[in-house]
Amino acid sequence: MMRVELVKRPQHSALFSALSPFIALGLTLVAGAIMFSLLGKNPLETFYYYFIDPLREMWSLHELAIKAAPLILIAVGLSVCYLSNNWNIGAEGQFIIGAVAGSILPVLFPQFQSWIVLPLMLLMGMAGGAAYAAIPAFLKVRFNTNEILTSLMLVYVAQLFNDWLVRGIWRNPQGMSFPGTAPFHEYAILPEIWPAAGRANWGFVFALVAAVAVWFMLSKMLRGFEVKVLGQSPRAGRFAGFSAPRMVFFAFLVSGALAGLAGISEVSGAIGHLNEKLSIGYGFTAIIVAFLGRLNPLGIVAAGLILALTYLGGEAASISVGLSDKVVRAFQGMLLFFVLGCDTLIHYKIRLVGTPLAKPAEA
Amino acid sequence: MSAQNGGDAALLLEVRGLTKIFGALKACDNVDLTVRRGEIHSLLGENGAGKSTLVKMLFGSLEPNAGEIRWQGQPVRIGSPSAARKLGIGMVFQHFSLFDALTAAENIALSLDSDAPISTIAAKAQALSHSYGLPLDPFALVGDLSVGERQRIEIIRCLLQTPRLIILDEPTSVLTPQEADKLFETLDRLRAEGKSILYISHRLEEVKRMCDAATVLRHGKVVGHCDPRKETASSLARMMVGNEVQAVVRQPVAGIDKAPALLEVRNLSRPPATPFSIPLRGISLNVRAGEVIGIAGVAGNGQGEFFEAVSGEVMQADAGTVRIRGKDAGRLNISGRRLLGAAFVPEERLGHGAAPRMRLSENLLLSRYATDRKAFVGAGGVVRMGAVDTAAQRIVQTMDVRKSARDPEAAALSGGNLQKFIIGRELDRKPAVMVVNQPTWGVDAGAAAKIRQALIELARSGSAVLVISQDLDELFEISDAIAVMHDGELSKPLPIAEATFEKIGLLMGGAEPGHAAATGHAMETA
Repeated sequence: MMRVELVKRPQHSALFSALSPFIALGLTLVAGAIMFSLLGKNPLETFYYYFIDPLREMWSLHELAIKAAPLILIAVGLSVCYLSNNWNIGAEGQFIIGAVAGSILPVLFPQFQSWIVLPLMLLMGMAGGAAYAAIPAFLKVRFNTNEILTSLMLVYVAQLFNDWLVRGIWRNPQGMSFPGTAPFHEYAILPEIWPAAGRANWGFVFALVAAVAVWFMLSKMLRGFEVKVLGQSPRAGRFAGFSAPRMVFFAFLVSGALAGLAGISEVSGAIGHLNEKLSIGYGFTAIIVAFLGRLNPLGIVAAGLILALTYLGGEAASISVGLSDKVVRAFQGMLLFFVLGCDTLIHYKIRLVGTPLAKPAEA
Repeated sequence: MSAQNGGDAALLLEVRGLTKIFGALKACDNVDLTVRRGEIHSLLGENGAGKSTLVKMLFGSLEPNAGEIRWQGQPVRIGSPSAARKLGIGMVFQHFSLFDALTAAENIALSLDSDAPISTIAAKAQALSHSYGLPLDPFALVGDLSVGERQRIEIIRCLLQTPRLIILDEPTSVLTPQEADKLFETLDRLRAEGKSILYISHRLEEVKRMCDAATVLRHGKVVGHCDPRKETASSLARMMVGNEVQAVVRQPVAGIDKAPALLEVRNLSRPPATPFSIPLRGISLNVRAGEVIGIAGVAGNGQGEFFEAVSGEVMQADAGTVRIRGKDAGRLNISGRRLLGAAFVPEERLGHGAAPRMRLSENLLLSRYATDRKAFVGAGGVVRMGAVDTAAQRIVQTMDVRKSARDPEAAALSGGNLQKFIIGRELDRKPAVMVVNQPTWGVDAGAAAKIRQALIELARSGSAVLVISQDLDELFEISDAIAVMHDGELSKPLPIAEATFEKIGLLMGGAEPGHAAATGHAMETA
């Protein structure tokens, strides 16, 4: 009889810190191949459409950047939250409220047309996301409420609120009663980076800038040190003189603002008006991105591109081999599962133990 | 494994070549141990010598990598604590596993494998407690009991299972001298009944007094079996440590009572933070420049709460309650108090004094980023890691911190070495006021002597040093005066010349605090 034992490592393993995301990716591919086979598809062909085909054309790379931008922006903010031990699961809601808040100017004041409109929209989007994230932060600090539950529940509030707006008072009168606002005017559109090559907009640049800035803050600045200390050992953080309640607000406000920026960038960039399906689950997928990127903003850039690929690949595969779009979610779910599972290897090593045959003796 | 019956009938437990390996560390290396019937056998060794690992293997909570355990001549494999209990091995842990919100009887019932009703168990427990002279109310809530009483529950819980071998892990570390005496009487009684006791301790005097035989461990290996009654305390210490421990030198100084008080605490009260923590009741204390004041007391009498209040981890409503170098500090947080010149070392090293998964240099920044902001933090809040690293290496050098890598994670250091670093981190600042909780808890003798000497030297260079400790020997070694904390109250400090173990012990047990008030020691504010 053999059994598997986890043995704690004295120091965390630098090797497995680096390897773990790749092992997880490998395991996801194996599990994915099994899933595709069970669905009656040829795994190799499906993988080709999933992971190779979307990378072959320039316009398609632009689409990749469009999908990756919100994922990276949100996940970078979430890394601050998770490193400081604040479990913000509601980035999806902050994304939506950011989009709504940023849309106020073009929707309610369409006559106000000036170059200043777009910067104002971006700021209002960030403010909206941050304000929405401040709700679970306040509840946690003031009433010791579990932020996982409150932030998650607020997602549904945000979704329904947006739905109500775009079907109700904000609906485009010329929209043939489809839900959604009127198209934004030209000053309210986030420009494309390189229009000749594809649709990718400045949202991707925001994502890269945010990733580098947050990486610098986390690794070089006293504030980043504070984030990590309070996240790892709250009592040592209090001994250091850092304030845990202030950190709760800081982490939620930063991640809410970045999620809000992602929301308004998506609306004013990729979509061009506010509608009821502005998110394809970015706020939740970004949780996977954050962990796949090891909560390191630079790793998150790579992880965001990989997860964006699963969206594009899922579309491609559904067209080419007739795979259900639900498979994308299942695929992402497996990836998160394996990422979290492989992280065990960083702090533990696996040992196989043979059970001795001798039975416990009785007195 | 060859099963031989018989052997010496007087032998209860025989251990041969027991080995336990954790990663690269041999926590127990080829350990031999023999416990006879009706003997109190002492297991001596410093922290980290392998005592706990050894008894965990005997009690079935760890599995040995190699070696043999024989119980009454039969080779046995002890796979779990319940298997150990079935054999007749009972254990009283150093850290009690009791639920505060349940009664003593309920706690006992939880650990028994029988379905007997609580009332039967309570009656049995009471009968047993009477016959061993361990008075205990089975219906009292554990949360209301003193540490000594809680230990009695553990002992009775263990005795109810009629063990033949009782393992006691550092039983006196949480007791007053008087409570310890009572425990020794009980142990004598158990020995007279033919029960065997494996007694883990590093207190040499009580081992000499109580034990019939001793096995000394050092670095996981047995360095000797001896009869402690034929040894001296210093010969036992030599066996444990491996060399002579340098004695701490404390020169008494005159005129301290004229020196200014650098740390003043006035009428500090604090309601209990949780239902089971201790409130602080009107604590007043002055620590003057140049002196070391010790605070003795049994664990859990408010020392932790007091430390939090003085350090500023918990602030006071009235700014004048705590004064540092003559300035009101009651409404300052810990960083604010550090900026006034105070330094603090908490009891828990990992997770309180240091973040376990952070490097030593980062842990230096932890308590010094505010006081050394100019040196450690540059423009825009960017940390100067180079300067921090240099300072960390300097502390490592000064305090002789031994480590495996240049800048390892705090958790990778042994307890003693991490403590040397944490103390060194504060001493490096030359603080005017130093408050230390349990400076040498779990630290080996060599490092402990170094830390104590450093604290005395800090005081003699003109700082005020306040040491909270459960180790009376330590307090007598370094303090100029000792106050006692009991149930959230602090007695007046007793000058060291007048303090005796007995007087301090009585205060620790709750005799009227302040009864030694008229000793003329400078207690009143100047």
